[in-house]
Amino acid sequence: MRGKLSIEKPWQRWAIRFGVFIAMVILVVPGAWVVLTAFRPNIEVLARPAVWIPQHLTLNNFLGIFGLLSTQQGLPVGSYFVNSLVISITSTVIAIALGMMGGYAFARYRFRGKATLFLGFMLSRTVPGVALSLPLFIIWARLGLIDTSFGLIVVYLAVNIPFTIWLTDGFFRQIPVDLSEAAQIDGCTRWQAFWKVEFPLARSGLASAAIFAFLTSWNEYALASQLTRTTASKTMPVGLMDFTAQFTVDWTGMSAMAVLIIIPALVLTFVVQKHLIAGLTFGGVKG
Amino acid sequence: MSFWRSPRATPYLLLLPAIIVILGVVLVPLLVSFWTSFTGYNLTKPATLFQFVGLRNYQRLLGNDDFWWAFGRTIVFITITLNLEMVLGLGLALLVNKITWGQRTLRTIMMFPMMFSPILVGFQFKYLFNDAVGLINNALFDLGLISQPIPWLVDGALANFSIIVAEIWMSTSVFAILLLAGLMALPKEPIEAARVDGCNPWQVFRHITLPFLMPFVYIAMTIRSLDVARAYDMVRIMTNGGPAGRTELLWTLMTRVGYQNSQMGMANAMGYVSIILSIVFTFYFYRKLVGARTFMGGAQ
Repeated sequence: MRGKLSIEKPWQRWAIRFGVFIAMVILVVPGAWVVLTAFRPNIEVLARPAVWIPQHLTLNNFLGIFGLLSTQQGLPVGSYFVNSLVISITSTVIAIALGMMGGYAFARYRFRGKATLFLGFMLSRTVPGVALSLPLFIIWARLGLIDTSFGLIVVYLAVNIPFTIWLTDGFFRQIPVDLSEAAQIDGCTRWQAFWKVEFPLARSGLASAAIFAFLTSWNEYALASQLTRTTASKTMPVGLMDFTAQFTVDWTGMSAMAVLIIIPALVLTFVVQKHLIAGLTFGGVKG
Repeated sequence: MSFWRSPRATPYLLLLPAIIVILGVVLVPLLVSFWTSFTGYNLTKPATLFQFVGLRNYQRLLGNDDFWWAFGRTIVFITITLNLEMVLGLGLALLVNKITWGQRTLRTIMMFPMMFSPILVGFQFKYLFNDAVGLINNALFDLGLISQPIPWLVDGALANFSIIVAEIWMSTSVFAILLLAGLMALPKEPIEAARVDGCNPWQVFRHITLPFLMPFVYIAMTIRSLDVARAYDMVRIMTNGGPAGRTELLWTLMTRVGYQNSQMGMANAMGYVSIILSIVFTFYFYRKLVGARTFMGGAQ
């Protein structure tokens, strides 16, 4: 199809390829450079003139940030990592459950105040995290929730629920009502019809919503930086700032930590891609 | 009581937990923040939470140069980055759309910046732009283009430039991916018809492709204006508003006033300005989106 439409000359085709190549280099090189730095010894990174081709690769930067090297004072990166995982996973699971209930209500029922409620949920998303952190800091301090995982989990619920409602509302709308009605005629209760018919069909959509929610919590900084204090609840993005002192920055240590933050995000984004394709195909099934 | 047992109550019951969370974590704090912005609340003196000062915080803000600089810089920052991201994203989408081989791989690479936490993007560019060990200065140096290191993050104007580059790197993909989806959904017939009628490629783009893409542009703009404040994380790690306040945005100024100077009343007043700013931008693009959709109504 496309071949028929395009009437490009060979030099134009090469110009397009070159443009795409440059764009991809710009998108990849900054991240790749950080990943490479994470595996290089500090001396090589600081060397003048610059050493372009890595002479030595080492895992010491990773051992160092976990405090496994005797020469270096370790940071509690292990606890940050665990905190990040616990907080992100817990808030994601609860946000998906509550958001799915809300999304189902919006997709399947007519009720008074529906439009207003929907707008309200979406408006709550426009409040910048920094601006919200100020009053939350005051209230959380009075409630004793500062520096607790629980406090941060509750905050991330509120961050993720509106988006989950918006996504699941869309997914449930795509599933024809006839399917669950047929199941109910066949003797299912509405509850059974939901779990046996609608939930399995919406599953890949829910999975991508869950991954968005997880990534949002995993990457969040503005709120976490004010609501956490110590290893009890500090997350990875907040911990990254431990490496910057007034005048010195531990580039290799920070790069190693950056790699630890990227890996889960990278893995999950590849998963989400698969699910997005699955979501598209189940959109085709219904027709 | 009977209402809550009737089927009419089901949607409300389903929504109840979500409503409670939003009330507790967003709405109540916003009310507290609203009240606080009318008090002289200082973090170090808890009693001042009930010291009502009327509009004094807002009056002081309006007469404060630092605030106006940060506010103006934030508006300019949002305007420049959103526009450049749109243009670059459109360009990238058009280029990738022309490539017939390996398009899925290209799309995966385009999603790359989207998985980065803004704080990581900030760190990454703080490293690349570092005057002593950064990739950019090293490259310019070894290519013989400069003999003195360029102080990317130390000079005011260059620091603003670096932050804009980082922001564009982070968010151009949002536009590129959405616009690429739009290009793929573009119907072929009108284009072929226009070609037959003798339109040149520019006319086809201007009068067929671009109008068709506008709803996608506005979706991307709406999504982006929802999370413009992500730039806070990035600026926080790159320059933290420095050198000497030359890269101070509304969001960094707010945290400085609130947490470092403990002037919570003042900071919350600024918080409200930033919330209104976000809502205005989001609402503007959302209206445009709805408008573009009705305009497209006949076609879809």
